[in-house]
Amino acid sequence: MSSVQAPAIRKTALNAVHRQMGAKMVEFNGWDMPVEYPASVGCGIVNEHMAVRTGVGIFDVSHMGDIRLAGPEALAAVQHISMNDASKLAIGQAQYSALLYPQGTFVDDVIVHRLAEDEYLLVINAGTREKDFNWVRDNTPQFDCKVENLSDAFTQIAIQGPKAVNLLQKLTDADLSNVKFYWATRGKLCGLPNILMGRTGYTAEDGFEIYIPADEQTSARVWNDVLAAGKQFGVLPCGLGARNTLRLEGRLPLYGHEISDTINVWEAGLDRFCKMEKTELVGREALEKTKAAGVKRTLVGLEMVERGIARDDYKVQDESGREIGYVTSGSPAPFLKKNIALAYVPAEHSVVGTKVKVEIRGQGVGAVVVPTPFYRRPKKA
Amino acid sequence: MPYPADRKYTKEHEWIQVNGNAATVGITDYAQESLGDIVFVETPKVGAELTAGKTFGTVESVKAVSDLFAPATGTVTEVNTDLATSPEKVNKDAHGSWMLKMTLKNPGELDGLLSAADYEKFVAEEAGH
Repeated sequence: MSSVQAPAIRKTALNAVHRQMGAKMVEFNGWDMPVEYPASVGCGIVNEHMAVRTGVGIFDVSHMGDIRLAGPEALAAVQHISMNDASKLAIGQAQYSALLYPQGTFVDDVIVHRLAEDEYLLVINAGTREKDFNWVRDNTPQFDCKVENLSDAFTQIAIQGPKAVNLLQKLTDADLSNVKFYWATRGKLCGLPNILMGRTGYTAEDGFEIYIPADEQTSARVWNDVLAAGKQFGVLPCGLGARNTLRLEGRLPLYGHEISDTINVWEAGLDRFCKMEKTELVGREALEKTKAAGVKRTLVGLEMVERGIARDDYKVQDESGREIGYVTSGSPAPFLKKNIALAYVPAEHSVVGTKVKVEIRGQGVGAVVVPTPFYRRPKKA
Repeated sequence: MPYPADRKYTKEHEWIQVNGNAATVGITDYAQESLGDIVFVETPKVGAELTAGKTFGTVESVKAVSDLFAPATGTVTEVNTDLATSPEKVNKDAHGSWMLKMTLKNPGELDGLLSAADYEKFVAEEAGH
């Protein structure tokens, strides 16, 4: 154990609002965050999850960080430190990407926004804010580009669900019908000028993430305006509990679970976001080698076929009971009404239909490898 | 939520209602509220021997796994199989959704458990933290 005193727990600008609403608060990566809102106002993880799948839900995601890269060589810097091909981004477009170590493992996964000709914004995870910023800064000094940590500058609110666009359109003059998935726009929002609104999220649903000034008064006002505007759509405030079950149904990775500094791109199955043909990319050499050597373990989806719930870190066994891997994330899936999990298993056990067991309190409980994502949102009619 | 005075409570948030040598066991409203949406209840089989203070089963919400602790020593005589298919009933009515019935080995054991009033004070303090 380290004798260094743990840093004080951090709070978003909406902390008092969450507490006032009666949210159950938990510590998450050093942040005091709502895990769910009370049943007395129609919330709870299941209801919050269902609101996002069928209507709209809103999340305080201000604990996420933001790094801005701006300057004549901003693109070259972004290309160097992130695995997707940022040269494909038009102004206003965004992409899923990741920062890699030279070993081809993950510093973090990120969303890269191209905000202007020579300006990019990386949206990063809460638990890796400082690490990511230092990593980006320390790996880009050779580029003519300024790297800024804007993490504390924004309150970030995610508005997610099939009705998210209808809700947000009531509050902004920007024409959201023209904003495609993984694009962003700017406009007046709740009277605030020039607000960035990205059509992105972490729920496997349509939705937006908005970036507003981080002062408490503005944050609370916008949060309450969004809830009021969403009343007709049955909006619910949603906590980290629903955020986790929603992203799990959509097989969206969570840092420290599906991806980490000991898991590489191929294992995580994120090949299509990793552009090996780029001239510069931290981690490429190691990734070439690991690919040539053959990927030993791979991330699969599991569905429990016997009674039991797989949880994070539970062991996975083959049919004979031999340990072959582990669960990275496991939970009941509120929309699918199944018990699902993501797990790392050897390649030979990764074929859809393979029978395995999950060790639950000492018992091997039957599960089967299923296709992922577990949930895919319906195409717009 | 008032805690019925016709039963005793543990600091692990179980209730036990005694009738002679027989007792009925469940979890408290505070427990269900802390857990959130309950999706899984696992109880022992009829005939299982329970030891006061030891785990006898599991209750799981979407988010969390929680052990159940026996409020008393004795033998399981009946389990509420309804909860295997409808665990959410515990959220709706924790004090009405019993988990198991048992015969007590030593009814005197229950003297050490909390009264409704004491339990209410105990959870008020716990919630205040």
